[in-house]
Amino acid sequence: MTVAPSLLVEGLAFAYPDGHQALFGVDLTVAQGDRVAVLGPNGAGKTTLVLHLNGILTGGRGTVQVAGLPVVKANLQEIRRRVGIVFQDPDDQLFMPSVREDVAFGPANLGIRGPELDERVAEALAQVGMAEYADRPPHHLSYGQRRRVAVATVLAMRPEILVLDEPSSNLDPASRRELADILLSLPITVLMVTHDLPYALQLCPRSVILDGGVIVADGSTYDLLCDETTMAAHRLELPFGFNPRSVAAPAG
Amino acid sequence: MSGGHGHHELYVERATVVHRLPPHCKLVAVLAFVVAVISTPRSEVWPYLVYAAALAAVAAVSRLPATLILRRMVVEVPFVVFALLLPVVARGPRVEVFGFSLSESGLQAAGILLAKGTLGVVASIVLAATTRPRDVLLGLQLLRMPQALVQIMTFMFRYLEVVLAETGRMRVARESRGFRARHLGHLPVLAHSAGALFIRCYERGERVHLAMLSRGYTGRLPVLREVSAHSGQWAVAAILPAVAVLATASAWVLA
Repeated sequence: MTVAPSLLVEGLAFAYPDGHQALFGVDLTVAQGDRVAVLGPNGAGKTTLVLHLNGILTGGRGTVQVAGLPVVKANLQEIRRRVGIVFQDPDDQLFMPSVREDVAFGPANLGIRGPELDERVAEALAQVGMAEYADRPPHHLSYGQRRRVAVATVLAMRPEILVLDEPSSNLDPASRRELADILLSLPITVLMVTHDLPYALQLCPRSVILDGGVIVADGSTYDLLCDETTMAAHRLELPFGFNPRSVAAPAG
Repeated sequence: MSGGHGHHELYVERATVVHRLPPHCKLVAVLAFVVAVISTPRSEVWPYLVYAAALAAVAAVSRLPATLILRRMVVEVPFVVFALLLPVVARGPRVEVFGFSLSESGLQAAGILLAKGTLGVVASIVLAATTRPRDVLLGLQLLRMPQALVQIMTFMFRYLEVVLAETGRMRVARESRGFRARHLGHLPVLAHSAGALFIRCYERGERVHLAMLSRGYTGRLPVLREVSAHSGQWAVAAILPAVAVLATASAWVLA
């Protein structure tokens, strides 16, 4: 018996109502337990792709399936449980008055109540090392802590796949490393949209490059980062002084 | 730039009977108290002393220092200014006070307005100092306040600091380029800032909505804590409004 891939995107094309076409036929398969980075320059269509994964944007051509379930209107509630999106600005993601209520928001929308809900919240906060902050208001946390709580808010929904939009942005090096440790410890499929190439190399054995609304490269992160021609062709640049060959290939 | 936490905390941590009362009981009590106060007949003055004494007793039981309450009464200032205008602008028989000719009815109206306003403000201060903001929201939800209003207030509470921080950053950015508002001619710059702030808030609202939809939002904020009040707690909460209602009722009978 074969397990359905966590994510199966086929021929996805999408134009915004103003006529701007962002995706021109994206094909992407992410197997269960994979950690995949989506790299690409600004305006490549990365955010548009992310918003298709849980059915916020629909109506173009092509299909998206999450663990075998097609993203269509009738399945939206279950799709949104299965796809946990962590948005770039944690202040957008944490909208409830306290950390506990925010983490509980998702599972409560799934109809979970009482002790089971408490258990979900406690478990998700423990996974990101934020258990003792449950009763704090989000605006009293540091930026790195808010990012971790944002991850917990989707973990509490026990998703099939965790989708992170620029997870390392605005983090200081220590918070960045802490978040990496947390993400590496999660036994879950991860799709990470990022400009942070060293972070992609550290966390994701596989990467795809999205440019001009199509996937133009798909392979091991290490090989992609070492392929100067492909990198330059898609406006991807390594930070000054960073040589992927000097780093051991990531585990996983 | 994220400093300045806690400047907007109205809640004062204490372990008192008043702090422990369920939020919806306190909300109903404050509302009933205010209604009783504003229904006081015009001719009577003594009920205000009863109200003030009752409220002072609640503040004392809540162990709130008088200085704290006095400091927070600053919010009433614009209202006071308006009340002070009344004796000057109202018509009718005039009286001489320190050489000023003031309207008698205006003076009386101003006095009553001030008394009622002050009592309402102090009651709200005590409520805010003894109830956490999110408990107030929970109380409103339990009292069947329309969802849309509860949600707006919830987000207001959550995003107040975010918006203030954004405003602060914009001010720093303006002043870093040598701008300081010195006269009315600078108003357009401030207006542009306000417009930019509005657009940023609007865009944030859209992003927050996306994040909510992504976690299965269907139009209602889930009630996550079951809070119920037993009759004993309702009885305790009823003491303050009961005193006020009694005073009002007797004033009407005696008047």
